[in-house]
Amino acid sequence: MSALLEVDSVSRAFGGLVALRDCSLGVQEGEVAGLIGPNGSGKTTLFNVITGYLRPDSGTVRVRGVDVTRATPARVFSLGLGRTFQLARVFSRLSVMENMLVATQRHEGWLRSVVKGQSSPAERARAKEILEFVGLGHLGHLPAGNLSFGQRKLLELAYVLVADPVIILLDEPAGGVNPTLINLIADRIRALNERGKTFLVVEHNMEFVMSLCHSVTVMHQGTPIVSGTPDVIRNDPRVIDAYLGGSDDEDDEDDEDDEPGGSREGGSWRHRPLTM
Amino acid sequence: MTDGLLDASTTAGPDTRKGSSPRVPLGAMTRRAKAAAWILIAIALVAFPLVFSTPAVTSIAFFSVLFMAAATAWNSFSGYSGYISIGHAVFFGSGAYTIALIALHLHLAGGYGVFWYVPVAGGVAMVIAVPFGLIALRTRRHTFVVITIAAFFIFQLLAYNLSSLTLGSRGVTLPTPPWTGMGFNQRFYYAALCVLVVALLLSAGIRRSRFGLQLLALRDDEDRAAGLGVKTTRVKLIAFVVSAFSVGMAGAVWAYFLGDIHPQFAFTALFDLSVAIMAFLGGFGTISGPLLGAALLESLQQYFTIQYSSGSLYLIAYGVLFLVVIVLLPRGVIPTVADSYQRWRERRAQAMVNALPPAPSTGALAASEAHHARPPSARAGGR
Repeated sequence: MSALLEVDSVSRAFGGLVALRDCSLGVQEGEVAGLIGPNGSGKTTLFNVITGYLRPDSGTVRVRGVDVTRATPARVFSLGLGRTFQLARVFSRLSVMENMLVATQRHEGWLRSVVKGQSSPAERARAKEILEFVGLGHLGHLPAGNLSFGQRKLLELAYVLVADPVIILLDEPAGGVNPTLINLIADRIRALNERGKTFLVVEHNMEFVMSLCHSVTVMHQGTPIVSGTPDVIRNDPRVIDAYLGGSDDEDDEDDEDDEPGGSREGGSWRHRPLTM
Repeated sequence: MTDGLLDASTTAGPDTRKGSSPRVPLGAMTRRAKAAAWILIAIALVAFPLVFSTPAVTSIAFFSVLFMAAATAWNSFSGYSGYISIGHAVFFGSGAYTIALIALHLHLAGGYGVFWYVPVAGGVAMVIAVPFGLIALRTRRHTFVVITIAAFFIFQLLAYNLSSLTLGSRGVTLPTPPWTGMGFNQRFYYAALCVLVVALLLSAGIRRSRFGLQLLALRDDEDRAAGLGVKTTRVKLIAFVVSAFSVGMAGAVWAYFLGDIHPQFAFTALFDLSVAIMAFLGGFGTISGPLLGAALLESLQQYFTIQYSSGSLYLIAYGVLFLVVIVLLPRGVIPTVADSYQRWRERRAQAMVNALPPAPSTGALAASEAHHARPPSARAGGR
């Protein structure tokens, strides 16, 4: 199986805290993969390991078959893996358009990027086009620091797109954004996916994940516990336990207790579709 | 769909309101005015020592232009990258010592010939900047400042103690140029002006290039820039080395002007602080800011030194001025003035829009826009 992104038994600890424990994950070309899990389950750490911001203690990460376990963020990006951050990070003192042009140097050698003057008209036109695509076309001249939080999220997605990445990692694209903008973001992700972009999305908004993703992986305490289609995930008791904090032992006991009275209204809550 | 309602909700952020005022992009008029201003500045700089030819005045002018070059060069690294270097005196002193030692060992006679070695001094400063930058740029922000200060003291100590190379505290004497009277200062003034032109061209070139965009990006968020493929270490190091070139050349011209150099004057902490304060006063990270800051501060300092001849009074004035700037114009003169000008233009544009009768076409435009933007929130607030 040759996935576009392969994470193979990665572990990473911060002092005594094990953030990732033997974590394996694969993202296939052309899919929108979801990654969910309670706070502190290691999702963002996994993103940081994949994109080169953190080095794993063990395990390997491969992007398009290339080992990037010890690569720098710039190198990972140049292989076609872009990401956004949980708290949308834009260059606040640069204009929106300048933000868009930062990533245009991806295909160049370093000397060329030093010597080369301004971005070409073609690059500007393309940046403009992408800005229009995310609905920020009319804000190009504003300092990015003046944008609202939701607009920053769109801008961050847009300036990653400038470099034409193959796979994009989104860290909570819908977090802290109003429902309308969430729909727009989901809509843009779908449109990009149809054009062949692959996504790995971390998100707490279940509706967003379940409607958008082709496959979902659930992480718990640094390890993926379940992986499957949204339907499978929705009905998996382990997922509910991960979110609501039941341990495996209690789980068994509860099951036995619940079984006889399973027809009760309140008793079947754990097997209802997850709608958090 | 309920376009209007949803649109209204997307403009909820308080920040977006800033964006909704008509921000007027700099028009051709303003750009022409800017070019005219630069030409005027250039003419003024070239004509100055010819008009005011008193040696006392041209001496002040020489130091001012020299520090304009140094502050511009400093700003083209620190101002753009956000890495405050308090160690650029290393390059200034290295440039000074380079030209002094070349003149000494090649037995150069005083005259124009010595000026040919000014770029060599800049080159030596660049070579020194490579290991210095490689070490210092491993750290960020405050730690970087401390490392540059430490490096500065190391170089001052080296100048004292490597006496086989630098002649230690005895200092090095340079050949005396054969020029007398007004011509002496004028020639040095134009030499400093040449260094300033080089520094300005480099600074403006960096600011407008894609390389400069990467520097500015990492000033705002270095990790994010790295995640967009910016090779941050390389970009920072190149900017550091390039800025060392002009500072080294300024040091060389300075040394030749003074005629002899000593470790405590060639490598002086006052230089480090001066260039930083000049850039901050004028406008950190702008092209014209360091020019203004250096012109104001250095001429003031030289004037005080000549007028009161006690070396410490101007330091007090310096301190007071710095405090005033930090309190009243924390971003520097140029950005503050530019901003209030921009706001004035916006207010004027707004007033003009308000003065017009409500045009029906605006509503039709908005409606057609809403049709084009398929998801209603595609406009995502503000317009």
